[in-house]
Amino acid sequence: MNTVLQAQGLGKRYGRRWALTDCDLEVPAGHVVGLVGPNGAGKSTLLNLAVGMLTPSAGSVEVLGAAAGTQQAKVGYVAQDTPTYARLSVADHLRLGARLNPAWDESLAQRRLQHLKFDPKQRAGKLSGGQRAQLALTLGLAKRPELLILDEPVAALDPLARREFLQDLMEAVAEQELSVLLSSHLVSDVERACDYLIVLVDSRVQVSGEIDTLLATHFRLTGPRRDPKDLPRDQHVVTESHTDRQSTYLIRTEKPILDPAWNVTQLTLEDLVLAYMGRDVQPERPVLEVQR
Amino acid sequence: MIWLTWRQFRVQFLVVASVILAAAIVLALKGPGLADEYRQLTTQFIQNLAFQRLNPLLYVVGQVMLYAVPPVIGAFWGAPLIARELETGTHRLVWSQSISRSRWLATKVGVTGLTAIAITGLLSLAVTWWADPIDKAINAGQDSNTYLPRMFPPVFSARGLVPVGYAAFAFALGVAVGLLVRRTVVALAVTLAAVILVEILAPHFIRPHLLAPTEQYIVVTSDNIRGFGLSGDGPNPRVVMIEVASGAVGGWKLSDTTVNKAGKKVGLPNWVVDCAPRPPGGSDGATVSSRGAVSAKAAACYQRLADEGYRQHIKYFTADKFWPLQWREFGFFLLLALALTGFSFWRIRRDLS
Repeated sequence: MNTVLQAQGLGKRYGRRWALTDCDLEVPAGHVVGLVGPNGAGKSTLLNLAVGMLTPSAGSVEVLGAAAGTQQAKVGYVAQDTPTYARLSVADHLRLGARLNPAWDESLAQRRLQHLKFDPKQRAGKLSGGQRAQLALTLGLAKRPELLILDEPVAALDPLARREFLQDLMEAVAEQELSVLLSSHLVSDVERACDYLIVLVDSRVQVSGEIDTLLATHFRLTGPRRDPKDLPRDQHVVTESHTDRQSTYLIRTEKPILDPAWNVTQLTLEDLVLAYMGRDVQPERPVLEVQR
Repeated sequence: MIWLTWRQFRVQFLVVASVILAAAIVLALKGPGLADEYRQLTTQFIQNLAFQRLNPLLYVVGQVMLYAVPPVIGAFWGAPLIARELETGTHRLVWSQSISRSRWLATKVGVTGLTAIAITGLLSLAVTWWADPIDKAINAGQDSNTYLPRMFPPVFSARGLVPVGYAAFAFALGVAVGLLVRRTVVALAVTLAAVILVEILAPHFIRPHLLAPTEQYIVVTSDNIRGFGLSGDGPNPRVVMIEVASGAVGGWKLSDTTVNKAGKKVGLPNWVVDCAPRPPGGSDGATVSSRGAVSAKAAACYQRLADEGYRQHIKYFTADKFWPLQWREFGFFLLLALALTGFSFWRIRRDLS
């Protein structure tokens, strides 16, 4: 299977602050990948590194098998806040796309504009936030990339525009067979659109994998109070909480849970993401160690 | 990419270009008439200009425009070129198309910068060509209080190649400043101020060093004296400096200092005040013209200056150094522009998000 994104020891420093540290990632092709994490976790930094807007301070990142930023024609990018030229019209933007991209798909762009009921003569500065995002998405899609990267594309949109945008994205993905990497700080966006998840907290990747697999390997265990050391070795603790008599663990395991003392429940995606986001970050230690 | 550059640039271009084009057309239309007048009036030409209205006005307008164009181009064409993109975030849109940053910058800088050079060149050509009869008449020795020889700093900067060099420099500076400060308005203001400062300072701090000036040691006589710098009380003034004529018509004198027998720069002795004609009111610190009859006392004073070995050490550029000096200054600022552009290309490859 091809990888669209491969990062090894990737890090980015701004002055003294590391915005991204020790990032190891391998994202297979053919997925819609959701990159989630709280604001300031380093999502934008990771995406900017992937498209070559930024250069790594440490490690390396490869996109579609080549160093990031070297295959601009194959990678589409819809930047945060979906910037457009306020003084240029919608038609001008398409013309820009047509002139600057060798594989430009004019009929696709035109189809999308008609579908969105855009007036080609309207200046981009007069469009609503949702329309601007749609215009930026149109540019990204009509470029016919193999990988489309979107940085918080729906962050500024109202719920309806959000839904429409993601719907359009999904339709395009189905038609064009492209891989998508999009970031969001909302799990609901990811749930709606993505089949692959990366959780980034405090400049580190906490977990990544196909959402179905992640949901099938994470469980909540509730039962009588027990020390984490007594758990089987293959059960990796993500979070734990204890009362006097009861313990609640959120664990990752590939094996069936055999202990009858536990009350085992499935997690929703939101539970899972929140668990990874909410835990104390103790980066150097493996997950199974006790966390204080 | 050229289309996009033009699409973003056309408003600024049309504003500046229409003004310059209008001026060039007027100058082109009026030029032959002025040249005719010079042919007919010859030595009376400059004198006659004083009775006209349009041509003296055109002279000033051409001068002012050539001074204004480089700062305007730097501030309104150069500074926003990258700064506006960085400010509005559109660089992230355009850089995510299938075009490298370097090519993007090359096209933007190339198209806009060459346009800046061409349009300034056009204006400078029109002004230089139109003013040629006036410059010639002045260099031929016609007297005027309004028109200066073209070697003189105020005129030199508004003729020939120098304005083009300034414009190229101003544009490259604007681009580089915009790339550094990333704020259109700040970049615009900084560039405007910097270019105006360069226009003021270059004639005094850069131009004299571009070419070796002609040097001469001249004995002061009542014939070649141009003026005295006096200071002190009304009845008892002191001469602090004297100036002599270089004898080179239309030349630009850089320095004029008094040296003693040994060739060392010295102050003037007290008795030199005898050389100076007595001012009627005796005003302080005034440079008084010494034209007119020379008294016996003054003649003795000049004789004593010569006998004791005092001479004036003067440095100047002769009028025929006009084009060599123009090329040097143009080349100097073009090199600066290239260096600044090189910096911009280096900077654009680094992180900007």
